[in-house]
Amino acid sequence: MTFAYGREPVLTDVSFSVRRGEFAALVGPNGSGKSTLLRVLVGLLRPQQGEARIFGVEPRALRDRWRIGYVPQRPALTGDLPATVEEVVQAGRLAHRGWWRRPKPLDSEAVEHALVAVALADLRRRPTAELSGGQQQRVMIAKALAGEPDLLVLDEPIAGVDREAQQQFRDSVVHLVEHHGATVLLVSHELGAVADDLDRVIVLKRRVLFDGAPAELVERGVSLGVHHDDLPLWLEHLEDRNHIEIP
Amino acid sequence: MPWPFELEFMQRALLAGLAIGVAAPLVGTFLVQRRMALFGDGIGHAAFAGVGAGLLLDVWPTWTALVVAAAGAMSVEWLRAHGRATSDLALALFFYSGLAAGSVLLAKSGDARPGQYLFGSVLTASWADVRTVAALTVGIVLAIAVAGRALFAVVLDEESARVNGLPVDRLNLLLAALTALTVVAAIDVVGTLLVAALMVLPVATSRAVARSFRATLLLATVFGEIAVAAGLTASRTWNLAPGGTIVLTAAAIFGVVTLAAGVRAASPPPHTHQH
Repeated sequence: MTFAYGREPVLTDVSFSVRRGEFAALVGPNGSGKSTLLRVLVGLLRPQQGEARIFGVEPRALRDRWRIGYVPQRPALTGDLPATVEEVVQAGRLAHRGWWRRPKPLDSEAVEHALVAVALADLRRRPTAELSGGQQQRVMIAKALAGEPDLLVLDEPIAGVDREAQQQFRDSVVHLVEHHGATVLLVSHELGAVADDLDRVIVLKRRVLFDGAPAELVERGVSLGVHHDDLPLWLEHLEDRNHIEIP
Repeated sequence: MPWPFELEFMQRALLAGLAIGVAAPLVGTFLVQRRMALFGDGIGHAAFAGVGAGLLLDVWPTWTALVVAAAGAMSVEWLRAHGRATSDLALALFFYSGLAAGSVLLAKSGDARPGQYLFGSVLTASWADVRTVAALTVGIVLAIAVAGRALFAVVLDEESARVNGLPVDRLNLLLAALTALTVVAAIDVVGTLLVAALMVLPVATSRAVARSFRATLLLATVFGEIAVAAGLTASRTWNLAPGGTIVLTAAAIFGVVTLAAGVRAASPPPHTHQH
């Protein structure tokens, strides 16, 4: 697919697919088109050329949209939101059960499971404004999990959170992949704690520069382990070529 | 009923006021969270133009106000959603145009009482007015009961709600329509100029103390009811304009509660020991 904001191309001839049950990461430097690509994938934007397909259909044509769990990049939990952790997570269940329907025991169980998965069950009655940045990010992930999605799409979920929060985030996502068979597409410019759990890495800088297993990336001379801390810097120096080189 | 509601006109005023005291903060809670606190104000002015049109055309002004307010609310929402104008710019457009159109139409109709519609005249409300206000309020409460959770999901994160397949555009239009209904219901009680205050002040008070969204909704209606009952009492006691007094009471409650909440937050915990 190709996408441009006005005359400014953001994505050019981007092509890749993610299989069911995969834990894939889409990495690239700032401004490489990662978030735009995600927004095309979930149907918020339309590509100028080509197409995106999700569960086999065009994103906007997907009927069971609860199958997508989406955690956007910008923080939705502003300091002035008078809502508890549980209220926010419950909102993620609405699409699955029908927004006009009252919650049933099955819905409460899904919310409970999501809270436990991100280790926030003890803080369910706490106003979100009183949580740390990492905890707030986990609330938004739990909100997405409560819908029991088949595909979880996360835009920069670990940006700016500490290592402990990154580890808890990693445990939540691995639980979703291993126990629920969900597909996870993570967009980030820092892979942090999840680097060792990935099935796929897609490196993007307006087009796909690399698409394969982390081990294949190692064969090209880049180890996500080695670049655990300096991946963002490495990505910034990435040349816009068809192959990956160590800068 | 005991003083100051022993007279029938005061009972009618109380019932109409209590109905608005529920409806306005309920709708306002969602507007404030969307940072559209002045939405009710802009729509109030559109409703004022609707009143003028009704008087000129010799049609029941409540209906014309409802039509114009609903059209205005949905136009503002459309301008906002399609990026044609920022929320405040779209509101300003309706704010000034509505006020100007209302004054022109009212003068043309020969009705020289703009104050009655701008500031309310709850003491002259008839039982038919009370029934209209009550019916509009019941509709608003039912709509919030059914769609409240979905509206919360939209104000929480519109983008995620859209990805999840919630009917975001229709829910936003519903909120706009509920705002228009509330404004029209409140014309006789506090008037179009002050209706936005009852959509915002009890909500602001509630947000100072509530620890959940559900509590924010419930407490906002409680503060709305207190403002109406206390405001009408003060109005009777000191012979003050009822609409303005209700709003001033809501503002005073906001001041007291916010101050008390601030003092409580700043106080050390009761079991803190100094060693």
